Amino acid sequence: MSARDDILGSVRRSLRRDRLSDEAQAALQRRIRAHERNIVPQRGSGSGAEIAARFIDEAKSVAVTVQPVASDAEVPDAIVRYLAQHNLPARVAMAPSAALEQIPWASRPTLEVRRGAARPDDQVSVTPAFAGIAETGTLMLTSGAETPTTLNLLPYDHVVVMRTSQIVGSYEDAWDLLRQSRSRADGLIDMPRTVNFITGPSRTGDIEQKILMGAHGPRRLHIVLIEDA
Amino acid sequence: MESTSHRFKENAREGMANPSLQRAMENMRRGFPDKRLAAIGRLPEFDALRDRARDIKNHVLEHLDFYLEAWEAKVTAAGGHVHWCRDAEEARRTVLAICRRLEARTVTKGKSMIAEEIALNPFLEANGIEPIETDLGEYIIQIRNEPPSHIIAPAIHLTQDDIEKSFRASHRQLDPGRPLSEPHQLLDEARSLLRDKFIAADVGITGANFLIAETGSSVIVTNEGNGDLTQTLTKAHIVVTSLEKVVPTLEDAQTILRVLARSATGQDYSVYTTVSTGPRRPEDLDGPGEYHVVLLDNGRSRMLGTEFHDMLRCIRCGACMNHCPVYATVGGHAYGWVYPGPMGAVLTPSLIGVDEAGHLPNASTFCGKCESVCPMRIPLPRMMRHWREREFERHLSPAASRYGLGLWAFLAKRPRLYRLVNGLMARVLGLLGREHGGFRHLPLAGGWTGGRDMPAPEGEGFHQAWARKRRERTRAA
Repeated sequence: MSARDDILGSVRRSLRRDRLSDEAQAALQRRIRAHERNIVPQRGSGSGAEIAARFIDEAKSVAVTVQPVASDAEVPDAIVRYLAQHNLPARVAMAPSAALEQIPWASRPTLEVRRGAARPDDQVSVTPAFAGIAETGTLMLTSGAETPTTLNLLPYDHVVVMRTSQIVGSYEDAWDLLRQSRSRADGLIDMPRTVNFITGPSRTGDIEQKILMGAHGPRRLHIVLIEDA
Repeated sequence: MESTSHRFKENAREGMANPSLQRAMENMRRGFPDKRLAAIGRLPEFDALRDRARDIKNHVLEHLDFYLEAWEAKVTAAGGHVHWCRDAEEARRTVLAICRRLEARTVTKGKSMIAEEIALNPFLEANGIEPIETDLGEYIIQIRNEPPSHIIAPAIHLTQDDIEKSFRASHRQLDPGRPLSEPHQLLDEARSLLRDKFIAADVGITGANFLIAETGSSVIVTNEGNGDLTQTLTKAHIVVTSLEKVVPTLEDAQTILRVLARSATGQDYSVYTTVSTGPRRPEDLDGPGEYHVVLLDNGRSRMLGTEFHDMLRCIRCGACMNHCPVYATVGGHAYGWVYPGPMGAVLTPSLIGVDEAGHLPNASTFCGKCESVCPMRIPLPRMMRHWREREFERHLSPAASRYGLGLWAFLAKRPRLYRLVNGLMARVLGLLGREHGGFRHLPLAGGWTGGRDMPAPEGEGFHQAWARKRRERTRAA
């Protein structure tokens, strides 16, 4: 008997029943397809302005820095200022994403922008985000042809460029957005290989519970927030 | 790993006599519980979320065969592979076969308690493959050749000085005169050494906090980002996990995630929550070329429907050990196997047998703190009592305590005799102990008084005190 049959058999013996009936299985399939929300806390809801303010507060509470800007045109300047402030070279590895290509990078010719996945010696990355989640100041990033995952993890400084209209209240709201944008013909979600929820820069408490930043992932996480809502 | 659970008493004594461990445990006692309370204070819905989280897992366990099959179908549809493994040996061999096929020489590992449970590292080493732990705590104990002492903070038994000494002893290629007295110097050294390992590794192994039936995804939760580098930079991502981790939907996982970090470290949310589905897509610029899940049973399916069924709800947050007075006194290594603290006291006998681990469910004061902080509302003390009952039934408990209990039962079934003997004992012990207020040693109870004093009774037994109080109350009325 295969290990699979053995294990499933053992599960059913312990539960003192056979394989579930077709009707029972169909009911459970419906539960999955309905993917209903359970309890969504109050802090994950509110008006657009409320959740944007909460997102910024929560992100700051986990050591994220946030720079609001009024338009795409201000983004290159904001990034150059950030790099100068931390004595970083004017060189970034950027996600080759349509959202970022709208930004007039040529307005700051001294900023060197390389597009692609991260390399081990990259110090600073610039990426878009799929959504921001107010509940805990969390970013949701998805992998894809335009958004390599390594940019979220390898460099010391991770700069995220996103819009206030991308901020949602709860994790469930963020999943709903992803379900809408990647819904397949059969109604199920077409998952990206990797969905990263990132809440602040990398940290560890493994040395006497002292919190130290930059354990393996980025030591700093900076959000340039384009106010479009 | 080789269990020393049968030596719990000796292990515990060594732990209590180790000043460095006691200093480290004092740090823990002050750290985690306060942070947890603060996090819960920020979330009024916390208790309602706990109830819901418990209900979700109960629903899954009732239909575990269905959810495992549904999840497997989605993993396969996403281009991944599920390997069902009855026991540790099958799981180790499955991992090795994948590594061999890919001609892997080094594997990086994110933190995985299942990998500890199946003793993966020594097995890979014996077969010529170098496993590299990348979680800072796991890395520290790997270079010290020690097992983890806590399920979320594996090096919590160590002080900063211990870690500095281990780094100096292990990283001999570096300048011996380098400064290492600051915590961030230790971290930077580990980060830079591990960075090269991440890039060079062929296979990345992580655990899983959840498996999602809806999508065939696995979810890991970390603060360092090591589990993410591990799975993104290698040819293959192997998830080593166990079958009770499955949940129906992404929404169900989110509900449990809301109580996980708050209960564990007192964070509102961990830094990295990563949902992985299959291997990299053709258009992706990075990610692993293969995705495998090694799904371990190892006795769990047999726990379903027994008095230990509820233990399968455990999400490995560590809150029970963070709040346990016994754990904080003896340290995690005393428990002698992979899972320490109250959850280990229940789970370990289920997985390796009560003959080996019978001491663990006895190492409890039954204060009930573990159950009161458990986000999944697992009745840990009740299950420890079940183990004690089984131990008694199987005549594994010591003869003296069996005779003692027998004598007590004889008296308890004869109420008049019981009251007489009880009253006499209380009076005699009360008189004898009046001077010191307690006894250092008692004949026939050396094991009990070896670790504590027996307070002297105040001269009367419960029945007499009860009768006297009633008389007094009647008189007052």
